[in-house]
Amino acid sequence: MAREDREKIREELVVVGNGMAGCRAVEEVLKRDPHRYHITIFGAEPRVNYNRIMLSPLLAGEKRFEDIIINDEAWYADNGITLIAGDAVVEIDRAARTVKSASGRVVEYDRLVLATGSDPFVLPVPGAKLPGVVTFRDMDDVDAMLRASETGRRAVVIGGGLLGLEAAHGLSLRGMEVTVIHLMPTLMERQLDEAAGFLLKTALEARGQTILTGAETEAILGETHVEGVRLTDGRVIPADIVVMAVGIRPNTVLAQAAGLEVGRGIKVDDHMLTSDPAVLAVGECVEHQDVCYGLVAPLWEMCAALADALTARPSEGYRGSVTSTKLKVAGLDVFSAGDFSGGADCEDIVLRDAARGVYKRVVIRDSRIIGAVLYGDTGDGAWYFQLLREGADISAVRDSLIFGQAFAEGGSFADPRQAVAALSDNAEICGCNGVCKGAITRAISEQGLTTLDAVRSVTKASASCGSCTPQVEMLLSLTLGDDYSGERVVSPMCKCTDFTHDDVRRLILEKALKAIPAVMQALHWKTPDGCSSCRPALNYYLLCAWPGEYADDQQSRFVNERLHANIQKDGTYSVVPRMWGGLTSAKELRAIADVVDKFNIPTVKVTGGQRIDLFGVKKEDLPAVWADLNAAGMVSGHAYGKALRTVKTCVGSEWCRFGTQDSTGLGVRIERMTWGSWMPHKFKIAVSGCPRNCAEATIKDFGIVCVDSGYELHIGGNGGIKVRATDLLCKVATEEEVMEYCAAFIQLYREEARYLERTAPWVERVGLDYIKQRIVEDAEGRAQLAARFRFSQQFHQDDPWASRVAGRDAHLHRPLSLAAE
Amino acid sequence: MTDRWIDIGTIHDIPRLGARTVPTPLGDVAVFRTGTDRVFALFDRCPHKGGPLSQGIVHGESVACPLHNWVIDLETGAARAPDKGCARKLAVRVEEGRILLSLPLAVAA
Repeated sequence: MAREDREKIREELVVVGNGMAGCRAVEEVLKRDPHRYHITIFGAEPRVNYNRIMLSPLLAGEKRFEDIIINDEAWYADNGITLIAGDAVVEIDRAARTVKSASGRVVEYDRLVLATGSDPFVLPVPGAKLPGVVTFRDMDDVDAMLRASETGRRAVVIGGGLLGLEAAHGLSLRGMEVTVIHLMPTLMERQLDEAAGFLLKTALEARGQTILTGAETEAILGETHVEGVRLTDGRVIPADIVVMAVGIRPNTVLAQAAGLEVGRGIKVDDHMLTSDPAVLAVGECVEHQDVCYGLVAPLWEMCAALADALTARPSEGYRGSVTSTKLKVAGLDVFSAGDFSGGADCEDIVLRDAARGVYKRVVIRDSRIIGAVLYGDTGDGAWYFQLLREGADISAVRDSLIFGQAFAEGGSFADPRQAVAALSDNAEICGCNGVCKGAITRAISEQGLTTLDAVRSVTKASASCGSCTPQVEMLLSLTLGDDYSGERVVSPMCKCTDFTHDDVRRLILEKALKAIPAVMQALHWKTPDGCSSCRPALNYYLLCAWPGEYADDQQSRFVNERLHANIQKDGTYSVVPRMWGGLTSAKELRAIADVVDKFNIPTVKVTGGQRIDLFGVKKEDLPAVWADLNAAGMVSGHAYGKALRTVKTCVGSEWCRFGTQDSTGLGVRIERMTWGSWMPHKFKIAVSGCPRNCAEATIKDFGIVCVDSGYELHIGGNGGIKVRATDLLCKVATEEEVMEYCAAFIQLYREEARYLERTAPWVERVGLDYIKQRIVEDAEGRAQLAARFRFSQQFHQDDPWASRVAGRDAHLHRPLSLAAE
Repeated sequence: MTDRWIDIGTIHDIPRLGARTVPTPLGDVAVFRTGTDRVFALFDRCPHKGGPLSQGIVHGESVACPLHNWVIDLETGAARAPDKGCARKLAVRVEEGRILLSLPLAVAA
């Protein structure tokens, strides 16, 4: 057949979009049937087809534009493709089957492919149009960033997703000071869970970037050029350039105007046909079965389906994609795939290897992998992803799945005991202290060690982070056989960890762990975010360990401490203002009475700790109740917290005919010193003015009984479930000594007791002698304990009601509303 | 009766691992947000003694009731064994950051 005749029977295929999807679609068509169509490609950008994914290395200076071209001009020429670059299509006439470009060019089509991609989303904030504000989408954006990095110093990237972090990394390599502003609490929250996001943030910060999470942009500042970004909390971050990388949305303008069916994207069926069978669509601009994709892998699958349709090949078509994300920024490996959000019918297998900086989480449902998040070691990402896509049953390798393909498919090592037994003598067991297997087994047999503690003290193995404890215990059992009975008499904190409360407290200090996710990572927590038992404990331990430094986690607090009021059986709350040493005044009583009237408070009761309790306050009234009590000079009584509650007093020498000292005045002094302090459990103090003990000081956590010659100090009393009278700690002569001993005792309890362990069981557990030795005999240690207590008090003695009244978290007291649609 | 999807705000209105309530003519609904940004809705009453689940500690995909620490599954509303009972659940979904709650039409209108 003559060339002209072949040309005549060729159909006209017009592709709108010269990006990755448009050109890939053409490549796939050519692969199947190179002579079927005469092809015209329109591109809005005045350049040939390039690899958009490579914009980041381009920005980072690792590649040049020539390196990222996919198809050069010769490709278009060789395949007889007409490329119309830099002239965007502005109109489709479906009846006439023509498209019209911005310059007025009209081209006919038999089949039309829309590959219009997506547009970067620009936050509608003031200043968003200022020069110096760019998106990160095409070559022009990269050029703008490169120019900025030559003259400017500071860059702000809005958006901590994949794209934003790549932009931040590139600008950082170009020598700019980079701040990333991210609305959500976790970086890349669509790909990473909280734990992995936390690790990523920490690593990027270590590389010099400033990462602000939970930060909302309010405005972009500047007169003629961008000068900074203001957040909704008032912070201003100076900037010479602002990159918006907050998301993309499918570009459907053209399709919509042409009357095609459009949802979030252009709607297509499994064969990539739109509502008009002559028009197909592919890539980020489409919506397939309610899903829009923003990654490259689905795009390849769509292009194959589209080419099958265009060349009339029978095919199953496109069935949607399970996507995975792999990121390597600044040498950090991150991988995620599938659905890692978990769920009721899902199980998590989590591996945290702090020494190697590795976090792995595989989510399983019905013995099949449905999601995976890997941080630090992504080597097995492809394997997990394959198992996920195939829907493979993993029951056979479940026990060793998390250790990766080599281990899980090694078969013979599926039993961890065998795996340890098979290790060579020079295999390292304890990474922290560099102890190998041979050193441990030799120490066990030569020195007759029989306990974990003995191995720890002799070899140092398992003595630091403790993550190798199971292996050391296996070595004990392998070496000793039946002579090793196992140990761990102290049970773990909860089912989320193998560590005991004491281990956790010790390691928080040793490893300088300063956030709950950091503890969970370093100590290999087995659940993604703990449980209602370990989170409050961790929050307290961190608060105690790092006063003034640790950021309190409200969501890890019991409701009473979150709302600074006591929840009652009907869901209302009770409120107790502090009355120092049990003293009050007409003014305070009047204010309380007014509050009772104003808020219809049904019950007012005097407590056992000489305070007034207001019962039946509605949650939404709490801020107003606090505001009125604050206005009368009263602060929160902490009658709801694991905290210093009350200092009960008798009337003492001022009025009582038996009183030996000013017990009321001393009680007030002590309460002024100790209020606001968080404790492992509730803590009560009392001061009695004489041995008649009217303040019942001998059933308090710390009790003072005044006598003629000074003060008896009592500890470990409990009037609660199991009544326990105090032990006598010692006798002191002056009020100053009372204050120091009291502060030191409280601090020792705060630092060493387990969460939810009151002083009575704690004193019985560690022994009175131990406490006497620390508080009475060791004067220097006592002074240091007291000093640590006073140091931490400077951060904790602020009234929680006042900050709430001032508006902190005010919205959390208001319900959401059923807004009109 | 058909249901109606109602916009109640954005996902940022709820603290992560926390909850907010929505008053409805049928009673308060607690809308929870998990650590992985999944959103669930249950009537704000524990099947045990009616405790406000919205005030509990959220962990994984469950919440511990603040009154007696019953652990309620957010997906189904069922209490974790050995406890028995079920909090009534409502359909909820997130679209582009907006939370849409499904309420019976008669109530939503």
